[in-house]
Amino acid sequence: MIEAFIFYLFASLTVASATTVVTVRNPIHAALFLVLTFFTSAVIWMTLEAEFLAIILVLVYVGAVMVLFLFVVMMLDINIARMREGFVQYLPLGIGVALVMLALMLSVVTGDIFSSEAMLEPIPKAADYSNTKALGGVLYTEYVFAFEIAAVILLVAIVAAISLTMRKRPKTKYQSPPDQIKVRKADRLRIVKMRSSNFEP
Amino acid sequence: MSEFIQPNLLPALPEIVMLAMICLVLVVDLFLPQEKRGFTLLLSVATLVLTIIAIVAVAPSDSISSFGGSFVLDQMAVVLKIATCGLSILVFIYSRDYLIDHDIYKGEYYVLGLCATLGMMIMISGHSFLLIYLGLELLSLSLYAMIAFNRNSAIASEAAMKYFVLGAMASGLLLYGISIFYGITGTLNIEQLAGVVPQTMKENPVALSFALTFIVVGISFKLGAVPFHMWVPDIYQGAPTSVTLFIGTVPKIAGFAMAIRLLVDGLSDLQAEWSQMLIVLAVASLAIGNIIAIAQTNFKRLLAYSTISHIGFILLGILPGTDTGFAAAMFYTIVYAITSSVAFGVLLLLNRKGFEAENINDLSGLNESNPWIAALLAIAMLSMAGVPPTVGFYAKLSVLQAVIQVDMVWLAVIAVLFTVIGLFYYLRVIKVMYFDKPEPDQLPTIKQSLDVKILLSANGLSLIGLGIFPSALMGYCILAFS
Repeated sequence: MIEAFIFYLFASLTVASATTVVTVRNPIHAALFLVLTFFTSAVIWMTLEAEFLAIILVLVYVGAVMVLFLFVVMMLDINIARMREGFVQYLPLGIGVALVMLALMLSVVTGDIFSSEAMLEPIPKAADYSNTKALGGVLYTEYVFAFEIAAVILLVAIVAAISLTMRKRPKTKYQSPPDQIKVRKADRLRIVKMRSSNFEP
Repeated sequence: MSEFIQPNLLPALPEIVMLAMICLVLVVDLFLPQEKRGFTLLLSVATLVLTIIAIVAVAPSDSISSFGGSFVLDQMAVVLKIATCGLSILVFIYSRDYLIDHDIYKGEYYVLGLCATLGMMIMISGHSFLLIYLGLELLSLSLYAMIAFNRNSAIASEAAMKYFVLGAMASGLLLYGISIFYGITGTLNIEQLAGVVPQTMKENPVALSFALTFIVVGISFKLGAVPFHMWVPDIYQGAPTSVTLFIGTVPKIAGFAMAIRLLVDGLSDLQAEWSQMLIVLAVASLAIGNIIAIAQTNFKRLLAYSTISHIGFILLGILPGTDTGFAAAMFYTIVYAITSSVAFGVLLLLNRKGFEAENINDLSGLNESNPWIAALLAIAMLSMAGVPPTVGFYAKLSVLQAVIQVDMVWLAVIAVLFTVIGLFYYLRVIKVMYFDKPEPDQLPTIKQSLDVKILLSANGLSLIGLGIFPSALMGYCILAFS
């Protein structure tokens, strides 16, 4: 009973915040609502006993990806009025696509293969079952080779990103710490002797 | 939880050696000043040589698998891996002068090239969907970065962007097919998949064909078969020529291996279905590749369309589903990679500082200034066209034999017809080199790097050598599928 209540509460929150992401005018608000969508989805995953995925969703997507997203949105100068152009013009097409998607999804869910009657009810795992442990058990044993290749792919991404973006521009001004340290008082400071009595405005 | 058995690491020794050396190259390169960049090249070539030694050292007489059956080392993997590493050595050495002239002579170029080679080796040995996909991504990501390597060139950035977007879409299609297969059969392992497919064919044939379609689309996109060829000409033209040399040679071998692993090792029970799809792809590739190449004035674009037509031939070898066919396709793939490395190698030699040789007209008068280089390019063109005694003739012959063996004579006739059409544009290149007079002050000049010339000569002469003694390579190809 309480499970159904939690599910419906967070499912409706997810749908509501996801809708707000696309309807709200301010892009910062949209990004923050996307964070809320991720968060409520994580709770739904938690009720499905996928606690590891739920935590990863919060840590990686909310903690890292969305923060980066917010930075990008704040740095870009987005003209909202121009983005709204053609909204009414493309609305019929958008509604048509959405309706087709809805019909397709309904036909899948109510069809023979994926209907709720055809799907067996999942058996709840024991209270001490940890899918984090289960994932860790196979990640570094069964899938160790694939895991290593994934690491190499990340290495390639780092090398590629650095070699494509790092460049020494001739006009860039750099600080030179050795020169800064070696500087002497005589190089910078000139003491001018003046008689104070002459100084009158 | 079942007890974990420590996997046998020995079959993966070449990959382990290569990865360790990649890290070494990456770190050593940091401490080298620009004028000593040649040491990075030396170390990269040493990496590939060491990898080849490791491959030979662990080469089994029979097929062995490791990592829970997701990694396999068989005769085909050994031959294709050696070909991959050997051709990468050629690519690295040929591209040196070009890189220096275009101010992109950097260590990262070689690191990315080695990572791409590692990805290809994993694709060749991968025996689970997961490994093949990861190998493919490792290859593709390295290639995207290599294409965009010359940051001052707008056309190269455009090519990299196109390749990135289209490649990501193709990976998505392949993954979609893989996910459906996983959904139906419950396994990612190709050997287990082959065991489950006959049962599934009775229960759920529609879903199986649906998934197969996506797999075939993914493969033909990566190979560049029509109608998934749109990226090939633009990327060949836009990429720096040294990278075009790389893309145009070695990844074809990995693409062939991927097709064999997925279609033949895993889904041989669906042969009746995928061979129908491959017939359409092969005929379309032969037609479009050969006909559109006639209209090209850019040599890199011409070679791109020629690649497309050669992919058609490779698919022709795979589609009969016989061992002789697979061996012929494997022979064809390796021979094509060797031949196009000569063609692009010559084109690289023609480049110099401030001058990008890429049009067919840039070749005019090459015979007057450099008769030997012109002769090498002529051999490569004749081999691509399939004129005896070059090896291209024997490669085409063996593929056509395999097609005729399964009573598809009409397909062989179509292939021959389009080959004759293709002869025109290969001969036009030779005509431009030997008979066209260049503008007086634009005689092609060639830098005198002795090592490149020696390697290129050996590479070009091997086309004739293999043409006279094809069994030297064909023997290994037949052994791989027996």
